[in-house]
Amino acid sequence: MSTQSTSQSASLVSGRHRVLKRLLRDKVFVMAASFIAVLFLVAIFAPLLIELIGHGPNEPFRETGLTAGGVPLPPNGEFLLGTDVIGRDLLSRLIVGARVTVFVSMTCAILSVTIGVIIGLIAGYRGGIVDLLLAGFIDMVLGLPLLVTAIALVSVYGASFTVMIGTIVFFTWGPIGRIVRNLVVAAKSAEYVQAARVLGASDTRIMLREILPNIAGQVLIYASLLIPQVIVMEASLSFLGLGVPPPTATWGGIISENQLNYAVAWWSILFPSFALLAATLAFNLLGDSLRDALDPSAANKGRVK
Amino acid sequence: MIGYVLRRLAFGLMTLWFISLAVFILFYVATPGDPALMFAGEYATYEQIDLIRTRLGLDQPLHVQYFTYIGNLLRFDFGTSFVNQEDVLATILRRLPVTASLAFGTVAIWVAIAIPTGVFSARRAGRLPDRLVTATALAGMSFPTFVVGTLLFYVLFFVLTNAGFPVFPSGGYVAFTRDPLEWLRHMLLPWMTLAVVGAGTYTRIARGSLLETLNQDYVRTARAKGLRENKVIYHHALPPSMTPVITMMGLDLGGLLGGTIITERIWGLNGVGSLAVQAVETGDLPTIMGTVIFAAFFVVAANLIVDVIQVLRNPQITL
Repeated sequence: MSTQSTSQSASLVSGRHRVLKRLLRDKVFVMAASFIAVLFLVAIFAPLLIELIGHGPNEPFRETGLTAGGVPLPPNGEFLLGTDVIGRDLLSRLIVGARVTVFVSMTCAILSVTIGVIIGLIAGYRGGIVDLLLAGFIDMVLGLPLLVTAIALVSVYGASFTVMIGTIVFFTWGPIGRIVRNLVVAAKSAEYVQAARVLGASDTRIMLREILPNIAGQVLIYASLLIPQVIVMEASLSFLGLGVPPPTATWGGIISENQLNYAVAWWSILFPSFALLAATLAFNLLGDSLRDALDPSAANKGRVK
Repeated sequence: MIGYVLRRLAFGLMTLWFISLAVFILFYVATPGDPALMFAGEYATYEQIDLIRTRLGLDQPLHVQYFTYIGNLLRFDFGTSFVNQEDVLATILRRLPVTASLAFGTVAIWVAIAIPTGVFSARRAGRLPDRLVTATALAGMSFPTFVVGTLLFYVLFFVLTNAGFPVFPSGGYVAFTRDPLEWLRHMLLPWMTLAVVGAGTYTRIARGSLLETLNQDYVRTARAKGLRENKVIYHHALPPSMTPVITMMGLDLGGLLGGTIITERIWGLNGVGSLAVQAVETGDLPTIMGTVIFAAFFVVAANLIVDVIQVLRNPQITL
């Protein structure tokens, strides 16, 4: 038993090593990962950065940030990315927006993946009533339109971080649960699981120590592809005024606040759009690279002839 | 076959019932505070609040409320709007052509772009053109709809009109029956808004599915028989590999018909989606509930239709 598990973990380590090497050779992955690292640093050190800039994100600079006629200023020495419709520093607001984006997307991703993995493991391993309930629940969730439901929830509970995160998690854990469930069903009949069962391992042990490490790679791929979806959901809800309540800056909210100002202040729409696009693209590329590195057979399938 | 369809139908109806139950719980049971107070607004008088309470049946016991609610739903009675006293279902149906124009046009554009591009990409799998297509598709998928809409509005309406080419209107809807050309002119930008995001997804699905089919034995046999490559692709590989595209198309169509909230809002289209937003803004409870259930109905119906079509195409699929 012990020799088996050491040799298994040794091959796991060398496997991880190979995956890491493959990833570091992938230029797209390195670029996407670097961008995401910068995004995280900005999110973490947001208060510090804003201190450095010297313009609070919710502070309207009516004297210095707007022209005499009340028009927002384009990017300049004092306001590096220009000002918004009421003279607030766009850069400061984008930095706060980065913090919100990172916080919401990570919270939602961690919650959905945790719930999805737990329920998926049980549903796949035990089958029976849990499996049926999961299938039914996921069909119900897929039958509900996200934005309309979010509207309904916000109309009852008001807009807040909690309502938004709850709504997003409600809509995203189901598909992960279904994926995990299918992976577990496939893994259940695998030899290593049968071997563990013969050796007298408990169900919990088999689920957590045998099956979970083996499907972790797949789960990681779906989790990384879930993050850009969550970012878009958060931004869309904030754009509609159903997400984070103002004056807290969010990328979707900034676009919505300045939308009618397109004729005089293109920067107030373009920069948040660009930030949003870069973040979702980076996570999508990261997920794609991860899939290629963790599942080389999928990449090779692409090469016909 | 008929048994399968009946089973799916029963399952769809059950899903709808679950959703209607969730809506009931959300608005009648889990509401913090008194729903009548909430929907009466801040400046309502006691008489108005009492009126709303009676009208909603909130003075009845909960199970009576539930049976009234479900009974009304079964008779397709969504109630009347608090705001303009109009029948909710009639209002939704009146706005449906706008949303339907948007939904059907969008899905048509997705497929028109995705299938040729997917075939092009799959035939050159792993080579530079394929990588360019895949990367472009991924970039398209990464755009949130409202960003695409806002940017299209800025470039194709504002910049173009200012430059002296008023090709596109800023928004609004013209009924097809009134002026088909104006209808088209008004729909183009909203379609493009939704097309950018979906075309990427569909291209990737079409490409992936076709590649998988091309690796199957029967395709190898067809090639070995000496069939021309075009014939192999268009006659042998493409039709069966479209299954996931059709599935997605059906599901997305259902979702879009339930209300394309962001696109309708950006382009000033008074469809079902903007009705839902307006209903929330005015606290119009029956309309909010009506739009949620209406949207869910389309998604469930789309699921059902997609499953039945798939079984017709490939009778081996069973539940």
